Amino acid sequence: MCDQTFVAITFGPCDSCSQNKPLMNIYLQNEPVNYCSLCVELMACQGLAKGETVSTLRAESENLKAKLEEERAKLHDVELHQVAEKVETLGQFVIKTRRTLKGHGNKVLCMDWCRDKRRMVSSSQVIMRSAAVCVLQEHAVTMPCTWVMACAYAPSGCVIACGGLDNKCSVYPLSLDKNENLAAKKKSVAMHTNYLSACSFTNSDMQLLTSSGDGTCALWDVESGQLLQSFHGHSADVLSLDLAPSETGNTFVSGGCDKKANVWDMRSGQNIQSFETHESDINSVKYYPSGDAFATGSDDATCRLYDLRADREVAIYSKESIIFGASSVDFSLSGRLLFAGYNDYNINVWDVLKGTRVAILFGHENRVSTVRVSPDGTAFCSGSWDNTLDFNPV
Amino acid sequence: MSTSGNVVAMKKVVQQLRFEANIDRVKVSQAAAELQQFCIQNALQDPLLTGVSSSTNPFRTQKLCSFV
Repeated sequence: MCDQTFVAITFGPCDSCSQNKPLMNIYLQNEPVNYCSLCVELMACQGLAKGETVSTLRAESENLKAKLEEERAKLHDVELHQVAEKVETLGQFVIKTRRTLKGHGNKVLCMDWCRDKRRMVSSSQVIMRSAAVCVLQEHAVTMPCTWVMACAYAPSGCVIACGGLDNKCSVYPLSLDKNENLAAKKKSVAMHTNYLSACSFTNSDMQLLTSSGDGTCALWDVESGQLLQSFHGHSADVLSLDLAPSETGNTFVSGGCDKKANVWDMRSGQNIQSFETHESDINSVKYYPSGDAFATGSDDATCRLYDLRADREVAIYSKESIIFGASSVDFSLSGRLLFAGYNDYNINVWDVLKGTRVAILFGHENRVSTVRVSPDGTAFCSGSWDNTLDFNPV
Repeated sequence: MSTSGNVVAMKKVVQQLRFEANIDRVKVSQAAAELQQFCIQNALQDPLLTGVSSSTNPFRTQKLCSFV
């Protein structure tokens, strides 16, 4: 069983009995309230008195689940690839040059592009480097923990966040001075009760979204380290998250070991939509560029596309010959191509609309752990357990 | 203690399912058509689809590389 206890303990007057006690932060009809544990128990017993027992509630939840499936099925009038039949087939996918960035002492676990499209940050078991492509400029920061599983560039490009088995997400300011000791300026922002699996800045340098092996996601204020919102709903480790692309968007999607992908409202903490069609852990989630859909990569060797307005899975990208899990997915700029890195050391490129595979890219000598398309769409980068980053421009 | 804990947990599950059951949905045909339209509209701006001429490619092989 995974450790899911992630409770911000506050002490103060209870909203119901007004006594000063340790409070539980709960939601009643979407309103946050602070009740002491005694009042929560009383409230639960009141529920019982009205004739609701665990079994009646369980029956109702089964009914609702069935009704949900019915409603979704009613709108399933056609498949995506049928709609896309009239679209021109893509020509052969060619990658002309590739540069391999060596220099990591260990497996590359994740990477992120800077919005200036020239710089990247990548993490490995021990060291985090940021390398500008074409102009070699490196900052190496030694992390106190052994596995750095998540790293992200801030929108300004001046700050990097990373974390992993230390259960924290720390923020490092970047400077042009190579000799400056970046580790000294480190600031811990997020604290979870289990490993940090993914992190991402929101639209500014001020807020950081994290996901963790403790089954929760959380939104933090970078400056004060305060927890702004927490997101509960996964029943196992959360492995990946992605923010909706729009400027005004306030939603993000997360995927986890419970095979579910959940869409959340960042302000209220509410789980808006939930999708459970994968047969194994979801390792990676990524929004479609329009923000109306998202793709997932999973240990069941498939990638799937879920449409948010149709509220269902609309495409599966799989082949009988692919039996290894997909660890990372990303879209090209137009959303026509889906790049997916697999544990069989390859990257498969899928035609998102037609559901067919356009290309297989070889070149890594161990699992591909991360695949990211550059912000301007002119290149993509893949990191692997073979200690290299492969940089593939058009 | 554990019974009431179960009740609270089940109530949350039921509440969440009620919420999810009530959202507005569109037909897959419409959603798929919009996804396709977005792809086609943006296809020309997608360098990985169309390729990019070497004069505008920011990552073309440089003759001079400086090591900082």
